[in-house]
Amino acid sequence: MRSRRLLAALFVPLLATGLAACSSGDEGLTLYSGRAEVQVKPILEEFTKATGIKVTARYGASAELAAQIAEEGSRTRADVFWAQDAGALGSVDRHGLFGAVPAEALATVDPRFRADDGNWIGISGRARVIVYDSRKLQPADLPTSVFQLTDPKWKGRIGIAPTNGSFQAFVTAMTIEVGEARTRDWLNGIRANEPKTFNDNALIVKAANDGQVDVGLVNHYYLFQLGAEIGPDKLVARNHFTAAGDPGSLVNVAGVGILKTTKKAADAGRFVQYLLSNEAQQHFAERNFEYPLVPGISPVNGLVPLNQVQGPAIDLSDLGDLEHTLDLLRQVGLL
Amino acid sequence: MVALAGAVALVALVPVAYLVIRAGDGGWGPVADTLFLDRTGRLLVRSLGLAAAVTAASAVIGIALAWLTVRCDLPGRRAWQVVAALPLAMPSYVAAFAYVSTFPDLTGFPGAFLVLTVLSYPYVFLPVAAALERLDPSLEEAARSLGDGPGRAFVRVTLRQLRPSAATGSLLVCLYVLSDFGAVSLLRFDTFTRVIYQSYRSSFDRRPSAVLGCLLLVFTLAILVAEARSRGRARYYSAGGGARRKPPLVRLGRSRWVALAVPVGVAGLALVLPLVTSVRWFLESVQASIDAGRVWRAARGSLVASAFGAGLTAVAAVPVALLAARWRTRAAAVIERSAYIGHALPGIVVALSLVFFTVRFLNPLYQRLPVLVFAYLVLFLPLAVSSIYGSALQAPPALDEVARSLGRRPWSVFRSVTAPLIAPGVAAGTALVFLTCLKELPATLLLGPTGYETLSTRVWSATSTGAYGDAALPALLLVVVAAVPTWLLSRRISSSLP
Repeated sequence: MRSRRLLAALFVPLLATGLAACSSGDEGLTLYSGRAEVQVKPILEEFTKATGIKVTARYGASAELAAQIAEEGSRTRADVFWAQDAGALGSVDRHGLFGAVPAEALATVDPRFRADDGNWIGISGRARVIVYDSRKLQPADLPTSVFQLTDPKWKGRIGIAPTNGSFQAFVTAMTIEVGEARTRDWLNGIRANEPKTFNDNALIVKAANDGQVDVGLVNHYYLFQLGAEIGPDKLVARNHFTAAGDPGSLVNVAGVGILKTTKKAADAGRFVQYLLSNEAQQHFAERNFEYPLVPGISPVNGLVPLNQVQGPAIDLSDLGDLEHTLDLLRQVGLL
Repeated sequence: MVALAGAVALVALVPVAYLVIRAGDGGWGPVADTLFLDRTGRLLVRSLGLAAAVTAASAVIGIALAWLTVRCDLPGRRAWQVVAALPLAMPSYVAAFAYVSTFPDLTGFPGAFLVLTVLSYPYVFLPVAAALERLDPSLEEAARSLGDGPGRAFVRVTLRQLRPSAATGSLLVCLYVLSDFGAVSLLRFDTFTRVIYQSYRSSFDRRPSAVLGCLLLVFTLAILVAEARSRGRARYYSAGGGARRKPPLVRLGRSRWVALAVPVGVAGLALVLPLVTSVRWFLESVQASIDAGRVWRAARGSLVASAFGAGLTAVAAVPVALLAARWRTRAAAVIERSAYIGHALPGIVVALSLVFFTVRFLNPLYQRLPVLVFAYLVLFLPLAVSSIYGSALQAPPALDEVARSLGRRPWSVFRSVTAPLIAPGVAAGTALVFLTCLKELPATLLLGPTGYETLSTRVWSATSTGAYGDAALPALLLVVVAAVPTWLLSRRISSSLP
């Protein structure tokens, strides 16, 4: 009997909490966020404060959330999908699950950072850069194009993250820009230079800062994240931008799309509009160290202005299918 | 009971139905395209090779540690029994992350092999240690009196008695290695599971992943059938009465200090290194802050979901395990084996299959706690089935039959006779499932109620933005919380003597 009472004492509160977690009130907008909570939460709170519209976010990796939305189809719970890269947005769009982004929102962003069909829109930008160890290298020593990194003098000094989506998007962009043959040659050249491979950009930047690699191919904001994590005074790694038109300075976006099936299209539209507002764009610049995409807002100190970063002239929607790039990376032996 | 067990098995087959539907989606052309890539062959060799190597190493370490801590006069052996079970509390993504950041060159097969072995050998250690403790020494003594030396008696009598527990433990290790994503992705070793995830990420096409998932399924079935065959028809309950007693401890003499290196080394690799690394991240971080309320809420989220998951899974496992232990028919074997399938599939596949079915057929429950709990059931059913099966095998069926012949109804027999006999197995199974649910990530992210947080999702969200310092506290708490059921599990070893 006593053990039964003990069990009841354990399970009744559990059941109560469980049921509480099940109860549904009016949750406002439901956002599927492929972006991390720390990057998104403050913006959501500001939006609610400004408009009174509640936003409930569900966090995950962009690709997994895109697969989830595809699986849910027209029964999806999401009103808005905020993805880390254009590829995930393009995939949901190809499934025909996005409705149109309001025209006034589309008008605020440069066409190179949004979908041609107007079904998703870039919110903030990230540029590919070469991160380097400033104890060993001066800006003048650094290549003006990633193609120069196949020079034997870089042997054993490069860090790459071939399994990471941002590196794969960059290789895809290179393939579109200069063709498969030249991309393959470049990959073979990089491989011949015995690069150190890492799992993600953050680890490469850390390695450059710790003196384990001299240069690394990464997104620009990881350097600032590391600065925030260990303190800016301990930061000896620096970012270097390659010359205009080089695939080495591809600018990709994190962006949003509104689900076709939403019953809250007006609220969702206001949300997208808010993400393009000055305050929100300022936040992306100052807190996430990204490029604001609305003209007139400047990025953090030390960043080359976006209009001077001219990556390859490609359509970001084309970065959706990386399967071909993966094959290439496998054939070359980098994956 | 057959109906109940059958229903549970059907539930476990949900992901299979999903995989077949998705793989067949675009006709057979694309299926063949994926199957006949030479990469698929390589993946097969790598996945099965890793699974075989980790399983073999885990069996050796698990049995050796069980023997050292149960049968030998190892200094502090009771404490080492607890420590030896603790690696179960360590999520593979935390350990693997600590390893890559400490030894950047330890990648590929050696890294994956090392991390997965030191984390999963307790699946073998726990059942073997419990069986060793229960083992009647009279059989070994009989062998000795008939002229066998100690070594020969150990191999011919003791090891053979341990075979069912070692085999089920090894099976769990093997299936776990096939499904693990955390270690193989961080240590960059291409297995089925890693490529299935990559395929979702790179092509946003669910078909190639589903085809690979089906192939993984076929090999899982082969492993399950092979393991079932190896069980044979031996019986492991004692026929007569006889008082149970403990065998005398083996005196290791001086070499016990050398033997101590085994548990110390394993604990160092599986526990100390990852824990020290996370504490170092925390200390090195200038932005890491302790948001106690937040972490507490996440801990509560973990506890609630895992407790329901463990409770439901243990209840569902009882009919399956009893059926398999008592009715040794082919149908019973098929039902019991199907319960194991979910454990070998990548979490993302199981999660997407539940997205697919609940959104269509149980829409109001979608992204509510019950569906997450249900996902835990599909993923971790075999952990409970194997523990309960172990106890059920040792419970003499004659006791049930006597109760029945005395006029008790089946339910009453179950309550008054069977349940108390299998209770230790149910308790162990519940604890094992509970701590595995705590560490689960992919299904929790996709199926948990929107806004629902657990310790594992906290660790994930912190590391995904490079805030390793913020990941440290939830990671440490996760290990501490999971250590409680682990400790209960290991205590069962010493209390298993009635």
